[in-house]
Amino acid sequence: MERKDSNTDMNRRKFLTRAAVVGTATPVMLRNTDAATTASLPEEIVRRPSARAPNAKVAAAETETPQEPNYANGRPGSDFMVDVIKTLDIKYMPSNPASSFRGLHESLIDYGGNKQPEFLTCMHEESAVGMAHGYFKVSGKPLLTLCHGTVGLQHAAMAIYNAWCDRVPVLVVGGNDLDAATRPPGVPTIHSAQDINALVRDFTKWDDTPVSAQHFAQSFVRMYKIATTPPYGPVMMSLDAGLQQEPIRENGVKLYIPRFVPSSPPQGDSGAVKEAARLLARAERPVIVVDRAARTANGIKLLVELAETLQAPVVDMGGRMNFPKTHSLSRPANIIGQADVVIGMELSDFWGVVNSYIDNGDNGVGFNESKIKSSTKLISINSVELNTKANYQDFQRFLTIDVSMPADAEATLPALIDAVKSAIPDGRSAAISKRGDAIRRAHAEARENVKQAAAIAWDASPISTARLVMETWAQIKDLDWSLVSTAGNVSDWPNRLWPMEQHYHWLGGSGGYGVGYGAPASIGAALANRDLGRFSVSIQSDGDLMYAPGVLWTAARHRIPLLAVMHNNRGYHQEVMHIQRVANFRDRVAYLGEDLAPVGTSIQNPDIEYHKLAESMGWWAKGPIKHPGDLGPAIKEAVAVVQSGQPALLNVWTQPR
Amino acid sequence: MSNGPVIFFRRCVTLITVAAVASIIHADRILANEAMFAGSAERGKVAFVKHGCWQCHGFEGQGSVATSNCAVLAPNPASFETFASFVRSTNRSMPAYREAILSNADLADIYVFLQSIPETPNYRNIPLLNR
Repeated sequence: MERKDSNTDMNRRKFLTRAAVVGTATPVMLRNTDAATTASLPEEIVRRPSARAPNAKVAAAETETPQEPNYANGRPGSDFMVDVIKTLDIKYMPSNPASSFRGLHESLIDYGGNKQPEFLTCMHEESAVGMAHGYFKVSGKPLLTLCHGTVGLQHAAMAIYNAWCDRVPVLVVGGNDLDAATRPPGVPTIHSAQDINALVRDFTKWDDTPVSAQHFAQSFVRMYKIATTPPYGPVMMSLDAGLQQEPIRENGVKLYIPRFVPSSPPQGDSGAVKEAARLLARAERPVIVVDRAARTANGIKLLVELAETLQAPVVDMGGRMNFPKTHSLSRPANIIGQADVVIGMELSDFWGVVNSYIDNGDNGVGFNESKIKSSTKLISINSVELNTKANYQDFQRFLTIDVSMPADAEATLPALIDAVKSAIPDGRSAAISKRGDAIRRAHAEARENVKQAAAIAWDASPISTARLVMETWAQIKDLDWSLVSTAGNVSDWPNRLWPMEQHYHWLGGSGGYGVGYGAPASIGAALANRDLGRFSVSIQSDGDLMYAPGVLWTAARHRIPLLAVMHNNRGYHQEVMHIQRVANFRDRVAYLGEDLAPVGTSIQNPDIEYHKLAESMGWWAKGPIKHPGDLGPAIKEAVAVVQSGQPALLNVWTQPR
Repeated sequence: MSNGPVIFFRRCVTLITVAAVASIIHADRILANEAMFAGSAERGKVAFVKHGCWQCHGFEGQGSVATSNCAVLAPNPASFETFASFVRSTNRSMPAYREAILSNADLADIYVFLQSIPETPNYRNIPLLNR
């Protein structure tokens, strides 16, 4: 809809158009009005103006100091934007304040009553997006975050990439002062860009730059719809500062808010589903591998039904809580080598599932080895194939798949289960049942082995990661708990030892492996759990927390209860091992300086007192806890604090992994 | 032409080679055992940290997801020969420690340190693991 302006005041869009035309024409016009110069030139070489001379008002606008336009006449555009946002039931808006969205900010809290969404004050844009990321994985609902167009969006970019790789919808709106003629000079101009969305276009599903209030309404509802249609993903809007602040001009055409109707997720082609079912039903040793297959609690139920129908083992790669860890068909990845058919659902790296890469080759080139037989048939259901982009390489290595369905796994599962039931040949039931018995025995044996492995170094100091995890478990096991993050690597002990069954017991990792996800995502997830009456616990690593520790203040400020038990191994441990590895390749002794680990990888000398850091921002905290006997009582105390509504942190010195 | 002398010569060469290899292995074993018996658990603990073994294996040799299938080094490490051979050449997942960066003496000390780590209790006797 084109905006019409009947009044005589300078319309923002008209001004832009005129300024562009006049700006080009003015030097020519000035030359032609210099009579002394032109009088002596032949007529054919005197250039004619391509536009009329500007009137006094336009000329003044070009040459004088820009004045702040009078936006007080009428209802601000950002009030209408709030009306639009409120239709989508967005509960929170974690954001760091910025001038480029001051119009919308003011409308949200004063016109909108700071509800739906409620502004959560963040101290870094990466924290804000990370919180939205964690929140979605518990609630299934996206949050909105506002950021300063250029500088704030650059801060947010890493967290947006994590959300992209982890297939999580986040609504990002970046304020941007587009109008070069009217925006304040100086810093606001430095903070403006022609196209801020370009910063994140490679790892967002969609973006737009609305130029009118009605355009905003359409684009905001559209971005919500795109973000929440599988494959999920972050979306971006550049929102002009002037558009937020200037009054609404309806000009006889009433503004409207489009109604949001969710799209159905894409389902696998019926022929491909039938072929996949035929292969699975006739397989001797089928293996189901899942990564982000269960988007909801129902996804877990469907996977259990498929696995039990086939009596096939399920390997959970851990992108989400896909399959109950307590189920006897839950098996580790090393069984994939035995498979004659592998079905992968929403795998982030199918190649990596059926191949191994050993980082120990000559000249830095690793070895690749197939884990499966050449005759093994591969089936894939993966919605991400519908949304592949070229630049960032999160699509991983290419793998030839026998039956490939670019579709949402959870949405395809009901049809696949029905097709598998129909495809099982007569007389196969006994063999399938026998297969299940063998898997059950292996599962039980593995449980015993895992517990015995956890007992090693049980009394060690620094505290073993198995002990850290089980001391935590002992204090939360009777609560309705949710493990909201395990930033840092604790050798998968929670997944190996805790009875994870519900979809909120495990939320998966960051997706993009950008360090700094754990702290904000766990606080965002804890916010969602708070509203559902659940207890949130995170295993918080040291390096991750220090990327943007200000998010601790946000948790305290907004009374988000979370138990953060630190895995403080005093280093960037992945990098510790990388430098050691390369030094060994080259027959050189890694230089440690005064630390335990190679120079540049330790977080020591001085040791960071994370408990004091947290305490300074309103958390209950204790530490450093170095002896295993002190850990249980401290966690018990911290759990009571969290149950009272306050976040609590324990700084625990741990073994490296 | 008869092949008899050629076959006899080849057999002699084979026997001499086998004997030489056996004596080298035997000598290596003697050296290895001597080095091991001269080892010190105290020095080995320091060397275990200094050479970065703890990074993947933990300070108690308990292993982690960074070691193949969470393999553990201690307690009850493999024989010294197997251990030493693995450290020098590895299974490719672990970076090799050649003599240029880890002396035989340090290697023996590390082995003795791993041997000194006490037996792990049965998990059934640990209440937190027996629920």
